Parts: sequence; structure tokens; C-alpha cells
Amino acid sequence: MRTQRAAWWFVAPALIVLGVFFFLPVLAALVMSLTDFDLYALDNFDNLRWIGFENYCAAAARAPVLEGARQHLVLRRARRADVDRRVARRGVARELEGREVSRLVPDCVLRAGGDHARRRCRRVALHLSYALRISELRAGAVGRLDPIDWMGNPHWAMPAIVILAVWKNFGYNMIILLAALQNIPDDLYEAARIDGASGWQQFRHVTLPGIGSVLLLVSILTMTGYFQLFAEPYVMTEGGPLQATYSVLYFMFEEGFKWWSLGRASAVAFLLFILMFLVTVVQLRLGRERSDA
Amino acid sequence: VRFWAVGREGEYAVDLLQDFLRERPDIEVDVQKLPWTAAHEKLLTAYAGDTLPDLCSLGNTWIPEFHALNALAPLDCVREPVARYHARRLLPGILDSNRVAGQLYGVPWYVDTRLLYYRRDILQKAGFNAPPTTWAEWEQMLGAIKAMVGHDRYSVLLPLNEFEPLLVLSLQQPSDLLRDNGRYGNFRSADFHRTLEFYASMFRRDWAPKMTNTQISNVWDEFGRGMFSFYISGPWNIAEFKKRMPPELRDAWMTAPMPGPDGPGASSAGGASLVIFAGSQSKPATWAVMEYLSRSPVQQRFYELSGNMPPRRSTWQSSTLASSPYAKAFLTQLDRVRSPPKVPEWERIAQEMRLTAERVVQGVATVDAACTALDRKTDEILEKRRWMMDQDRHT
Repeated sequence: MRTQRAAWWFVAPALIVLGVFFFLPVLAALVMSLTDFDLYALDNFDNLRWIGFENYCAAAARAPVLEGARQHLVLRRARRADVDRRVARRGVARELEGREVSRLVPDCVLRAGGDHARRRCRRVALHLSYALRISELRAGAVGRLDPIDWMGNPHWAMPAIVILAVWKNFGYNMIILLAALQNIPDDLYEAARIDGASGWQQFRHVTLPGIGSVLLLVSILTMTGYFQLFAEPYVMTEGGPLQATYSVLYFMFEEGFKWWSLGRASAVAFLLFILMFLVTVVQLRLGRERSDA
Repeated sequence: VRFWAVGREGEYAVDLLQDFLRERPDIEVDVQKLPWTAAHEKLLTAYAGDTLPDLCSLGNTWIPEFHALNALAPLDCVREPVARYHARRLLPGILDSNRVAGQLYGVPWYVDTRLLYYRRDILQKAGFNAPPTTWAEWEQMLGAIKAMVGHDRYSVLLPLNEFEPLLVLSLQQPSDLLRDNGRYGNFRSADFHRTLEFYASMFRRDWAPKMTNTQISNVWDEFGRGMFSFYISGPWNIAEFKKRMPPELRDAWMTAPMPGPDGPGASSAGGASLVIFAGSQSKPATWAVMEYLSRSPVQQRFYELSGNMPPRRSTWQSSTLASSPYAKAFLTQLDRVRSPPKVPEWERIAQEMRLTAERVVQGVATVDAACTALDRKTDEILEKRRWMMDQDRHT
């Protein structure tokens, strides 16, 4: 009994900090999401109305949210494609021992260059009239190409952001995957070769199971990361054109900190939490099935 | 006196106040600078935390919002006769933007309105010697310029991520943008319909590029290159264009008042005002600072330092301002300014307006459908305001 009490004393400071700075605010946000907390309520709490789940309905009904979710799916597909591609190239990657770390250097340099600077460059590179000139340069070689107005065309703005986001996160995921690939013992491949396994069979039965758990980790990190897509549209397009690059987080930011409908913004935050939780559960289940198989 | 000065003006305020401190050694002024981008959030946070300063320079479209929060001290209660006396010497349209429900809450510090910047040389080449005064004339010029410059250049730049050009055009119409004392939107009106149609037609006829400001890396360079010949912007761009236009084009550009539907048109009444927050413990001293900053000689120095246009008529007669050919159009325009609707929700409605216009321009919605949708959206945004008004609560 006494040792138990002592244990509580030991964890109490951490619990208090966690409670005051994490659980309490989360609880407050949950309560707030059931009200129409806004500027008027900031003036006087009497102006606060309990509106139940109205915020949630309104947020879910807002097209940008659904639109935003659709974009995340597009992003996720793009991510998966690029993860798979890398895994398929494991032959190259597996060669990569410590001494060849130099291959990583260009990526690190790119990251060190600073996100903001790169986006500025991109903005110039995607400027319509200059893109035009570049395409004229290539016209002789590839035939006539119409320039794409990356940032101005509602259909192309999101792909532009996807390209940037994938490029930006490529290196980070690659480092995790490389570490996993290097952890697969060489003798497994040797044994597989002796048994006469083809390249594809080696990949299917040695590499994939070997990196399965890390792949799951990477996919969950990537998913949560892209659901919170914000900086890219904020800096490149401000959510436009035609709200084509309006992400869920951007919606939340505008509702909360631009218009001060904090009730609505909290509801969006909880919806996003539920959505991400559900997707993670599905991912984990899929991952478990694969490892069982 | 704690003074929050927003923007670059904060740096100049420190210089300006040196003389004041000598004049009134009993008053201590603590100037704190805020960037425009963070000002709104900081002010609201300060309001929530009860740490608002005594004096602040506030964008005058924010005045209704802070009034709704009960955060502003009405100036009449500070020293009524002085405020009244002061009022008579100010440009009336700008002063009016500081009034909510008949009460005066701020004294204009510097003024801002939007008007036309245009390329005199291109206009001349197209056969026009003077800038437009009506929409019809403007349309003629836009058409002629477009025919002259070809398919990869344009006549006018109306950035799709700015609501100001459309706002200016819609303020030129007689009817209000909100009806019933700001309870409902008035975007279904024939007047707004006409404005949106005119705005959208400039894109449809390829006179304006379907572009946002973020797509154009450097507006001044492109203006110099002749990518567009008309641009609707504010006074700060006089200094920028002077600095950034290539030397051979120094005399090739000019400013002109906005053309209107049938004759010289109105523009928006913008700028920043000095306000006293309700919680201030030293209102008389704060008023003394405010009064000093709006004196004519001080305002003239402020103009020389910052290029911001003064709100007092007498300051406009000063030599530097009177001799600037670019400023002349602003003085003309400042006699014809109108405030956007004074409801706390306005900023958000303006953004919805911009988005609606963008939908029309991109061909996603017709003008009819867009006006109806905007009106419905506006009514939704104003729902809380209606509830507050029905309950006789302070809005």
C-alpha cells in the first residue's frame, strides 16, 4: 500500500503537468466545440449559446472539408506510389553501406536550404509567363507543349502542392526506410538465392516482411503528416485558386484565428482527430493482417 | 501612456513623439511596435487578457469589431468640444469611417483609398489622352489596349486574391451591401449584380489575367514591362513605383481617381485611426498624445517620413504634398469615399465576396447563382448578429 502511494507521488508532477497543459485544454476545447464561441462571446459570456453538434454538422457539411479530405486521399495515393517505388528499388538501397552515406548528402543540402526559400524559387519558376518561356525552349525537342499555369489553374494547383510535399518529405521517409532495409540480414537473401528464389520472390518474401513494421510506421507518420497539410498551401497559394488547395488544417486556422469562431474551429479539430484515428486503426489492422499472412 | 503602433509607422511614431516629450515632460509615452500581420491576433489576445494599451493605431475597418467588444472609449466622452472641433477639419468621408452608431471612436491618423495607377504611354499609344471617368470609357480603353498588346499581355490587373477592387466597384453603386441595419446581405440587388457582371466581364474578355498576387512575383516589374496598364491600389504604391520603375519609364505612369458607373466614382474609405481603449487609466494624457499626432505640422512630417497621406485638409496644402502630381488624384478621390458596412463580420463577408467573384471568373458559377449564394452565405454569417440585435444586446 505504502509503495503504491510512493509511486503516485513520483508520477504526480508529470501527471499534473500533463493534466493542466494537455488534458484540461483538450477537455475545454471539447466543451467549446459544443458552443458558438466567437467574438461576441469573448466580450461577454452571456452571448454564448449551447448549440450541441451544430458546429460538427456545419463543419462536415462545408464543402472545403470534404474537398480537403479528397485531397488527402490523392496525396496518400501519391505517397504510397512513391514508397512502393522505393521499396522496389531496394537492390540499389541495400548496397548502401555506411561508407556510401554520401548519397544522402544532396538530400540533406536540399533540406538545409530552407523550405521558405525553396517555395519562393518555385513561385518564380511557376510564374506563368516565365514557364511559357521554358516551354518554348523545349518546344523543338518535345513538340509543342502548352504551359501549365500551376498556381493559377484550380486543377493543377493541388498537384503542384503534392509534388512539393512529396519532394519535401521524400528524404525523411527515405532515411527511415533505408535504416530498415539495412537491418535485414544478408544471409536471408543468400539463403533465398540458394533456394533459387527470383528477384521478385526475394522482394516479396524477404524484403517486404523485413521492413513491414517500418513501412507501417512510415505510412502512419505520412498519413498524419498530410492530414495536417498547412504550410505548403499557406505559403504557396493561400488556399486558392478557388479553394482548390484548402486543407482541413487551413480551414481550422481560418475559422479559429482569422474569424475567431473558436467553437467551429474546435469542432473541426475533433473531427480531424476522429478521422485520423479511424484511418490509423484501418492501417494498423491492414498491417497486422499482412504480418499474419 | 502605452501606445501600440501598428506597421512601419511605429518606427516613425517614435521620431515624431520626441518633440511631444519635450513639450509635455509630465507624460511618458511607451511606443510598442506591432507588425500588421500579427496585429489583429495580438489585439484580441490582449483584449482577452485585459492588457490592452491606452492608445493604438487601428485599421479603421476594425473599429466596428472592437466596438462590438466594448473595447473602445468613445471620444466624445474624453473631451467633447475638442473632438468636435477636430472633426470639422478632417476629410468627412474618412472621419465617417470612425463613427459607429453615431458615436466617434477614433481620429484618423493617415488615410488610404484605392484608385487607378495607369501607364500613360500605353494609353496614349492606344489613342487616349486622359484617364477614364466612367465605366464605359474605361471599357473602351481596356478593349483598345488589349487589341494592341496581344494575347500574352493584359489591360488591367485585378488580383483574384484581393477583395478590394471588387469592393471599390460595388461601393460605387447607390445601394448598400448589407440591408436592415446590417442584419442581412444585399447581394441579390440589381446594383451588386451589375457590378459583379462588369467585374467578371473584364476577365471574360481577357482584359484581366486570371491571376492572384502570389502568382506574380513582382507587380512593379510587370507593370514596368507592360504586362498590364491599369492597376487598382493604394497610396503606399506611389513610393514603390517611384523607386522600382526603370528610369526610362519614370514619367510613363500616373494616378487617377476611380471611374464610376456614370461619372467619377467612389472608392473605399480606409486608413488607420488612433483610438483610446476603454480600459485606459490615463485618458486625458492619451488624448494629449493623440491631439499632438494630428497637428498639421506633425502630420506633414509624418507624410515626409512615411509617405502616408494625412487626413486633414490643411496638411494637404503643404508644399511637398501639393507639388506631388501622384498625390493629386488621391485628394480628389478622398472627397468621394464611402465606408464599407460597419459590422464586425465585414472582413469575413468581404472574403466570401472575393471567393464568389473568383468562382464566377473561373467559370464555376454564373453571376446570378453567385449573387444568390453569396447572399445566403452572408445571412448565415450574420445570424449571430441578428440574434444579438433581437435580444437587444450590444453589437
